[in-house]
Amino acid sequence: MKAVKTFGLILFVAGFFIFNISFFWSSYELTPAIIKSQFSNSDKTELFIKQSEAIQNQLIKSNFEFVSKLDELFASVNHYYLKLYGVTEKEIDALVKHSADNIFSIAAIDLTFSVDHNITKQKNKLFKDYGGWLAGQQFSSAEELKTQLLSVSGKLNEYAIVSQFGFDRYAVRDLKYSLTKASALGPVKSNPLLFLLVTIGLSVLGSLLYIFPKLQLPSGIKNNGIFFNVMKNVQWLGILTGTWLIAFYVILYFYPEYMTNWVLMVDPVSELISGNEASRFFLYGFIYTLCILVMGVRMIIHYRHSKYQILRTYSVMFFQTAFAFLIPEILIRLNQPYFDFKNIWPLDYSFFFDNRLDTLLANGGVGIFMLVWGIALIIIAVPVLVYFFGKRWYCSWVCGCGGLAETLGDPYRQLSNKTLKFWKVERWMIHAVLVFAVVMTGGVLYTYFTDASWFLFFDTYKLREIYGAFIGAGFAGVVGTGFYPLMGNRTWCRFGCPLAAYLGIVQRFKSRFRITTNGGQCISCGNCSTYCEMGIDVRWYAQRGQNIVRSSCVGCGVCSSVCPRGVLNLEVKGEAGRFGTPILIGNNHVKIMD
Amino acid sequence: MIESVSLPRMTHVVIIGNGISGITAARNIRKQSDYKITVISSETEYFFSRTAIMYIYMGHMKYEHTKPYEDWFWKKNKIDLLRDHVMKVNVQKKSLTLQSGETVSYDKLIIATGSKSNKFGWPGQDLQGVQSLYGYPDLELMEKNTKGIKHAVIVGGGLIGIEMAEMLLSRKIEVTFLVREKEFWDNVLPKQEASLISRHVRSHHVDLKLTTELKKIKGDGGRVTSIETRAGETIECQFVGLTAGVSPNIEFLNDSGIETKRGVLVNEYLETNVSDVFALGDCVERTYELPGRRTVEQVWYTGRMMGEVVAQTICGAKTKYEPGPWFNSAKFFDVEYQTYGHVGNTLKENESDFYWEHSSGLKCVHLVWDKTNDQFMGINTFGIRMRHECFDRWLREKRSIDFVMSHLAEANFDPEFFDRHEAEIQAKFREQLVSHSI
Ligand SMILES: Cc1cc2nc3c(=O)[nH]c(=O)nc-3n(C[C@H](O)[C@H](O)[C@H](O)COP(=O)(O)OP(=O)(O)OC[C@H]3O[C@@H](n4cnc5c(N)ncnc54)[C@H](O)[C@@H]3O)c2cc1C
Ligand code: SF4
Repeated sequence: MKAVKTFGLILFVAGFFIFNISFFWSSYELTPAIIKSQFSNSDKTELFIKQSEAIQNQLIKSNFEFVSKLDELFASVNHYYLKLYGVTEKEIDALVKHSADNIFSIAAIDLTFSVDHNITKQKNKLFKDYGGWLAGQQFSSAEELKTQLLSVSGKLNEYAIVSQFGFDRYAVRDLKYSLTKASALGPVKSNPLLFLLVTIGLSVLGSLLYIFPKLQLPSGIKNNGIFFNVMKNVQWLGILTGTWLIAFYVILYFYPEYMTNWVLMVDPVSELISGNEASRFFLYGFIYTLCILVMGVRMIIHYRHSKYQILRTYSVMFFQTAFAFLIPEILIRLNQPYFDFKNIWPLDYSFFFDNRLDTLLANGGVGIFMLVWGIALIIIAVPVLVYFFGKRWYCSWVCGCGGLAETLGDPYRQLSNKTLKFWKVERWMIHAVLVFAVVMTGGVLYTYFTDASWFLFFDTYKLREIYGAFIGAGFAGVVGTGFYPLMGNRTWCRFGCPLAAYLGIVQRFKSRFRITTNGGQCISCGNCSTYCEMGIDVRWYAQRGQNIVRSSCVGCGVCSSVCPRGVLNLEVKGEAGRFGTPILIGNNHVKIMD
Repeated sequence: MIESVSLPRMTHVVIIGNGISGITAARNIRKQSDYKITVISSETEYFFSRTAIMYIYMGHMKYEHTKPYEDWFWKKNKIDLLRDHVMKVNVQKKSLTLQSGETVSYDKLIIATGSKSNKFGWPGQDLQGVQSLYGYPDLELMEKNTKGIKHAVIVGGGLIGIEMAEMLLSRKIEVTFLVREKEFWDNVLPKQEASLISRHVRSHHVDLKLTTELKKIKGDGGRVTSIETRAGETIECQFVGLTAGVSPNIEFLNDSGIETKRGVLVNEYLETNVSDVFALGDCVERTYELPGRRTVEQVWYTGRMMGEVVAQTICGAKTKYEPGPWFNSAKFFDVEYQTYGHVGNTLKENESDFYWEHSSGLKCVHLVWDKTNDQFMGINTFGIRMRHECFDRWLREKRSIDFVMSHLAEANFDPEFFDRHEAEIQAKFREQLVSHSI
């Protein structure tokens, strides 16, 4: 059996190694046909094709070189348009000159930029859009007026021209990614399925071979050697793994153009399910689901003496595979909007974004149903189900983030920090994110209904972008998963998830759920606190005979599983006496003091 | 002229021993008073959970995790910790002499020095690689003694012995377990449970040798190489764990005037024969009887309860130590054990019992009652968690065995979705009743 385990490990390492190598394993060749297939606007396409002549039909060996060439191309196209439509200093001076008594006016714009000429006509319009609000204002001096106008022209250069005529950074990011993917040549491109098998396939097989021999051990808590393990105790392998995960997420969210080889491998899978070629998020969802499935098998074997753990693990495996992965893809195949029926705002922070609302509203009955369903989850399912079962119904039975944490992340649960200091940080941080999510969404909806992008004191587009980058990608992704081997498997859920904060408030104040402690049986050993992924100092309560009612508790039930004295139990009962009294049974003469 | 008012000096409570007993006393005194509190202890700087020693060795936890309170807790609660060893108590001067040479004076003294492991003078017991397991230094020693070894022998079949077996197995060290009794721990457990546990221990590939006693330990160059049993069998080994019980750790009190027998003698108020000197926990021997309880009880819970009680006495509300019904728990490899009330290893004349065992051989319950009046007396439960609160109440209310059997489901404390066995247990109980009454 040891041999099987070792063999599994070798397969896993081999698969993982090839996966990493394949990251670099393509050459790239850009052709006009590829460019045309990825671009829509014809003007700049022509320009782009022209500018890229130097590298067309020539084999570029590395993705880094290819991407940097693309960067140069986009910059040169943008530069061209900036030169073409950028306002010159001479034109600014003319604008100043046309402003009698330093009062700026629309007339000054018309005098400076003639509408008869194509280019100046564009400039005329641009300047009116961005500088029109200055009309009628009087400035104390010509210098001051000029400064103002220069700032308008700066804004034009920065935002307007590039996004109207050239490629703004969103377009650049998307196009870099799709051009790289389309231009790839080499073994991965020509044998995606083969590569899928020898990378991810081999890793999955290896993992399972590594996991199954655990069945030979007697069932029961087997946490032997965790704190001597180089993976599970923040030692070299753990740090290396964390670094790899962080890098993976940074690439996925911010530099997807480099990971196109990996996406190519899952193209056939995506085509099978949804009929479309794979996006990077399809790849991500595919790997994510496999992680939950494979490590879910491990979780079930590890805790096979506990039916609670087994059922809970089946549940997260099911919700991830069906609800998060398959159903949305199948919806696409059926020409319906992509929709994850178990994702809830504000974890699903873009639920109320205009593009998504528009998509749902444009899809008739199905879209309306999805919208109503999503809102009902927020305002009915969350409070009602938390009242009856505790926040665990979502966090450790349904949620995708929770699902990954409870399976892939389970080996790292002991790394959460249990100090009071961290509890304090946790409380303000998670609630701050909730406030941020609510304000951001409020702003987005305000803009949706009023068309005004300025809400209170911020630009709602800017705000949602900041939220998406820092919370959605940075916190939930990079930190959330990348920090598994460093700070435990629930870093995001504990410090960042706004939905967890909302569920937690309900759980703390209005719920039948609690963890009961069994009289005076606690021996203060500390297993419960050590294995609490949420960093709750369970022992603090248990050793004084008090029930545990904490907003952060996700009800994973592991404290109860690891307790060697049978002290802890997750229970739902009447609200009366929910907190329990901090008094230990067994002693006749001890009263509560505080 | 202004008279200088001298403030009454704050009462100084000194506690020897930072185990569960001493620390519970300190915490509860702090809750109820602003006395100056000093805890003197030599083993570790901070209170840690002795019961978790095995988990440190097995890598489930680090030493840090076994500290029930964070290090800042003591300062914040004005409990002074002094790491030193008390060499002598001078009850006339009310002062202590420490190993460092310092003296500390007290107004009230609490002795909570715990236990030390028994050694019965076996030949070779001082060889390198032979040790007991009680404190943190023993853990460090065991770490050293078991590095790279293949085979170990454990002598003495108590709870610490079985923990040691599990510890060694976690490091892939083969274990031979010498137990004097007929079945494992059958001096405490009825034979059915003792045999269930013996089987379970064997299923973990422990070479359990029952009715086997140690004769001598043999060594080479100062290090253990083998042991010999009374029956003459020689077993090669590189480590010997001596786990034949513990006894109160009280030598330093010799000649102090504080009366001791097996332990420090105390009355109902946990007072010793010397005024202002109290004693608690493992190191104590009660001078008075409590029904169904031994006079020296070396478990976590008694130390904790005594700590709660003595704090009230010291803070002015004189309180008797009157523990409620007995309870205890342990874990034998993968099988959890809880007990409530009294279940002896053999039935007394007036007692009757009922035993049920699950087909897996890993779960059982054993209930005992007084057949003269049907009063329920106690339960052993293996592999099924039960509510302390229920049994504590039923025992105090002197419920009948029928009541307990019919309310068994209420007492179940197993996690959700676990298999429930009450119906089966109750059916078997009725069967037994019928067959008995015939
Ligand atoms: C491995 C192991 C597992 C156990 N498991 C369980 C269990 O599961 N359940 C259970 O109920 N019980 C268990 N016990 C027993 C339980 O741990 C003890 O009953 C309990 O710890 C006793 O607490 P105490 O405070 O009386 O003494 P101790 O915990 O022994 O504390 C006394 C302290 O005083 C110090 N000390 C002694 N003399 C001096 C001196 N002269 N000067 C300064 N300091 C001194 C000692 O070094 C020690 O640190 C276990 C014991 C061991 C060793
Ligand atoms: S694991 Fe159980 S016995 Fe240990 S501290 Fe937690 S509740 Fe107490």
